[in-house]
Amino acid sequence: MTNASLIDFTLYVADSTLVLAQRNGDWCGHGPVLEQDIAITNVTLDLIGQSRSFYQYAAQLIGNDCTEDQLAYWRNEREFKNALLCERPNGDWAQTILRQTFFSFYQRELFMQLLQAADTTLSAIAEKSLKEVRYHCRWSSEWVCRLGDGTEESHRRLQVAVENLWPYTGELFIAAPYETALQIDTDTIKRNWLEALSTLFAAATLPAPSLTDTFMQTGGKTGQHTEALGYLLAELQYVQRSFPGCEW
Amino acid sequence: MKAVAADNTELQDCYDLLATIHDPEIPVLSILDLGIVRDVELLRPLQDEGHIRVTITATYTGCPAMDTIALLIKMALLTKGYKKVEIATTIAPAWTTDWMSAAGKEKLKTYGIAPPDKRFEIPADGIVCPQCGSSHTRLLSEFGSTACKSLLQCNDCAEPFDYFKCH
Ligand SMILES: [Zn+2]
Repeated sequence: MTNASLIDFTLYVADSTLVLAQRNGDWCGHGPVLEQDIAITNVTLDLIGQSRSFYQYAAQLIGNDCTEDQLAYWRNEREFKNALLCERPNGDWAQTILRQTFFSFYQRELFMQLLQAADTTLSAIAEKSLKEVRYHCRWSSEWVCRLGDGTEESHRRLQVAVENLWPYTGELFIAAPYETALQIDTDTIKRNWLEALSTLFAAATLPAPSLTDTFMQTGGKTGQHTEALGYLLAELQYVQRSFPGCEW
Repeated sequence: MKAVAADNTELQDCYDLLATIHDPEIPVLSILDLGIVRDVELLRPLQDEGHIRVTITATYTGCPAMDTIALLIKMALLTKGYKKVEIATTIAPAWTTDWMSAAGKEKLKTYGIAPPDKRFEIPADGIVCPQCGSSHTRLLSEFGSTACKSLLQCNDCAEPFDYFKCH
């Protein structure tokens, strides 16, 4: 394993959590009810905290006075390695909830593997983050059940969300070169993820998910993104790009 | 938090000072009550340039109070006369509510926040109301005003209250 692989992997996790947090953050003040507005923004805060931990570590590995802010605000779209799933638009509440569920379930499996990582910083961040991720898994999967096994309308909307997001899940389980270098076992992640999701979908009265009968989009892990990311970064990075180094 | 040797009065003084620094979001708790101070190292005594290092850990990764807490510690120790104050952060082992002091839990209850309760690793109906002591309560939201809390309401006294989640 080279240092470059470790940096790339750390940025992959940092970018994915930051981009998803930026998406979720749009719900602030717009949640369906006050309690859920608070819930989604609390999840967002945890994601930002996790992304900061990974960015700080990446900055330390890169050296040369690199900072977490430089990594978040001064890299372009092609340099971002986030999973495509994280940049997909919010859509309605069903789509936002489902995107969170897919990602939290994935994070749980990925971070469980990181607990065994040779790199002790990665394993420490994973251990700390897992406590939060498990909470997110529970909250978001309760919503999937409620919507799927709810009214005709909520079930229909969740089904549409599945159709919209499913093509972006396959990428999570195709190892990027830096994951192979770190010996991340994406097959095990895939198996456990699919198993947990199948149980959830059954409870939510959704058809069983299959990773084999859909064309899967790929590229995010190596910097090839959908059009959505450029707009997201333009908003995320606007202030620092316009007023470099500004603080408040 | 390490035990302080009985003869080290300067170090004990530092801990006493840290006990006066409060969490900006839950001001009833000191940072020692919360269990986020992991170590205090006296590298040079006060009379000899004074160099001290305090190691803290975040409750949740995104806890926005951490920067303020680090600043408050630094200001307190500089004011006490230390010339060099280092604030180190650690993430392993991960912070847990098990590190919250018994006194801290009592203070939370008096303040109106239900302290972490091992019977409720997952927030649920039945967490004891800090106002009237009833267990006849219901969960309103798994998330509360800060990352560390859930929101409940008491069916007997009708007061809504926060629950400091087990973590
Ligand atoms: Zn009561």
